[in-house]
Amino acid sequence: MNKLIISSSPHLRSPLTTQRVMIDVLIALLPTTVAAVVLFRLEALWLILVCCITALATEALFQLAARREQTITDGSALITGLLVGLSLHANVPLWQAAVGTVFAIAVVKLCFGGLGKNFANPAITGRIFMLVAFAESAGGAYSHALVEEYKGIYPNHASVLASMATPLNKINDAGIGYLLCNECKAAGKTFCPEFLLDMFLGRGLCGGAIGEVCSLALLIGFAYLLIRRVISWHTPVTFIGTVFILSWILSGNLAYAVYYVFAGSLLIGAIFMATDYVTTPINKAGKLVFGFGCGLITVLIRFYGAYPEGVSFAILFMNILTPYIEKWTKARPLGAKRGGARK
Amino acid sequence: MTQNAPTGRKMKGYSMPLFKLGKTHVPHRKNTADSMPVRMPPPAEVLIPTVMHIGAPATPIVAEGEPVFVGQKIAEAGGYVSAPIHASVSGTVKGIESIMRSDGRTVPAIRIESDGNMTPYKDLSVPAVTDFDSFSAAVRESGAVGLGGAGFPTSVKLDGEKKGLIRTVIINGAECEPYITSDTQTMLHDGADIYDGMMLLKRFISAEEFIIGVESNKQECINKLRLLFAEEESHDVKVVALPSTYPQGGEKILIYNLTGREVPEGKLPADAGCLVMNVTTLAFLGKYFRTGMPLVEKCVTVDGSAVLHPKNVIAPIGTPIEDVLAFAGGISDDVGKLLYGGPMMGIALHSIKDPILKTTNAVTVLNAKDALPKPTTPCIHCGRCVSACPMRLNPTQFSKALRLPSDEMVALLSEEKLGLCIECGCCSFVCPAGRPLVENNRIGKAKFKAALAANPVATGTAVKK
Repeated sequence: MNKLIISSSPHLRSPLTTQRVMIDVLIALLPTTVAAVVLFRLEALWLILVCCITALATEALFQLAARREQTITDGSALITGLLVGLSLHANVPLWQAAVGTVFAIAVVKLCFGGLGKNFANPAITGRIFMLVAFAESAGGAYSHALVEEYKGIYPNHASVLASMATPLNKINDAGIGYLLCNECKAAGKTFCPEFLLDMFLGRGLCGGAIGEVCSLALLIGFAYLLIRRVISWHTPVTFIGTVFILSWILSGNLAYAVYYVFAGSLLIGAIFMATDYVTTPINKAGKLVFGFGCGLITVLIRFYGAYPEGVSFAILFMNILTPYIEKWTKARPLGAKRGGARK
Repeated sequence: MTQNAPTGRKMKGYSMPLFKLGKTHVPHRKNTADSMPVRMPPPAEVLIPTVMHIGAPATPIVAEGEPVFVGQKIAEAGGYVSAPIHASVSGTVKGIESIMRSDGRTVPAIRIESDGNMTPYKDLSVPAVTDFDSFSAAVRESGAVGLGGAGFPTSVKLDGEKKGLIRTVIINGAECEPYITSDTQTMLHDGADIYDGMMLLKRFISAEEFIIGVESNKQECINKLRLLFAEEESHDVKVVALPSTYPQGGEKILIYNLTGREVPEGKLPADAGCLVMNVTTLAFLGKYFRTGMPLVEKCVTVDGSAVLHPKNVIAPIGTPIEDVLAFAGGISDDVGKLLYGGPMMGIALHSIKDPILKTTNAVTVLNAKDALPKPTTPCIHCGRCVSACPMRLNPTQFSKALRLPSDEMVALLSEEKLGLCIECGCCSFVCPAGRPLVENNRIGKAKFKAALAANPVATGTAVKK
């Protein structure tokens, strides 16, 4: 008989591993990645490839230099790389994408000790770094060839949306009129279902980062993550719900609020970035507070800030607050005195 | 007895409390659910430790060479929280030796050589009970302890009645651990014992409600019990089907799920108005008050990936596990781990010669592959442990506390209520990073205790801060 192994209970572990969780997130990002390549063609493909390869290479080299165990097989670097790529505009120069990815992996993640130790979401911080460092690149989203092609397909509203970064620019600058097709505008309507559908599918020239324009693909990913129980609904639903309700109140227009949900990086942020395990609250009550805070800051920046989009900043701010949110929202253990859970 | 159909209230049973506790879904693996217990022949010798319960060790009252018979008292309760011990075979006392328990504690144990006859002790008699005090005294003499695994002396549990605290009697038939079906066997085959036991409790415990909680994966047991308590004089006994989630059978969890009451920190179930008793303990009491035979044998589920023929075996207490495994049909050569109990809360043993205890409801033997630890990777803060914890604790904080200086560790551990951890194993089970969370909690508890002992004043202020 073999020597008996002595260890602490439990002697049974679930088959789930960190790597499997990361693979699930990658699978959930697949529809968005495909949509990005379909909508933005080679430009998107190159961006995604550069960011993913840079992320893996950065992590491998960093761990080599720091004489730490190689960690690229856990899948987290690939997710960061993919998310950075998906949150860029199609015309961002590849070298800038690479620099942003190196910043995300090396500075935000590995300098703080690697997976599980960073306080801010690497992809979000990488995106903000690029927004600040390479401000000029944040402009037009399509190559001219693509604009001409789409103008042919969508004559109705192509002229309006040709070269904007995100529909949010136009909403902020000139009001709802820009979210109508020529026919609706002529008819004096304030809501254009056709345009909303285009926005939902990322069709035509809605503009935006390559991974944020197709809401449908993002929602498929969301459903997958929920079904696989990789994330809970708490953060995304409160985040998106807060944005929806506050936009409705502040604009006084329901259609406006709907556009605000599908425009910009709200969905990709709420589904894939505000649900990052490491940098968000661990408990459900905390996730609700986190989601609400993200929604509030997003709306304030969108309505009153200098930047058209506030999702990234909102998530980063809430990342910083995460340890405190966890402390404030701590559950009362079963049997502990009421009100006695805190000091 | 089936004429009175169960009432609607009884079928409905109970209402779930508003806030659900954390839980997890462990594989059931109840391979032996249909395995009718088989009584094994007397082993050549038994080794009966004087500590098979929570509390003080029992004091041996037999000497080397003395003849003993089945049911004869061989050790007296060694204190108030303690229980007497009885010979499980007839034969000769070979000696009293020191053995090391799985927790590293050395305890005296009585070795008896069996004569193979299993002759009952001649002075055994059915206890005469007239009131609560004589009932409680008889329970104490029976050697009964919590047979679900904790081993809390049953007579001490009854104290809540003396203080007038007990409002609800809960019989625990959840049996939520994987593999184990010994309570299932009790519910399926020992209905008369359960009924008698329940009538005793109803006679001597002045509670308002009597509830039997069984996990819904044991529908046959639920049906049998409902039939059993369908009669007029017992229809106030509720049989409740509980969701088959782990750890449904944990005492505090069961109390909360059935009554919505919480056992206050550091207190006993009686302080929540509850008396919780394992269904096998109840059946034992029923039988004891009919036959007078004390606790001398135990139904043990023998299962696990290294067990060739999983089955339920009734073995005399003190039987070497080796003999039980051999009787059950042996184990494969590829043994990795041997456990008292099931895989979630079971205790790993270092020797196949360790004895069956009063509290042993299963012997689980895992093969080398299943015994391998899951590879450990960094914590990704995913929160699965927090969601799964039935006590609403945050296991990541306990592990974090272990890395802090002593005074800060004590402060954080007491703030996060490590003392409430029931070590059910949910957190470790669900952790995708394979972190040793329960193990860390155990280390934390030991360090906390040591720090308090070393410096009660300083740590006392740290706790109050």
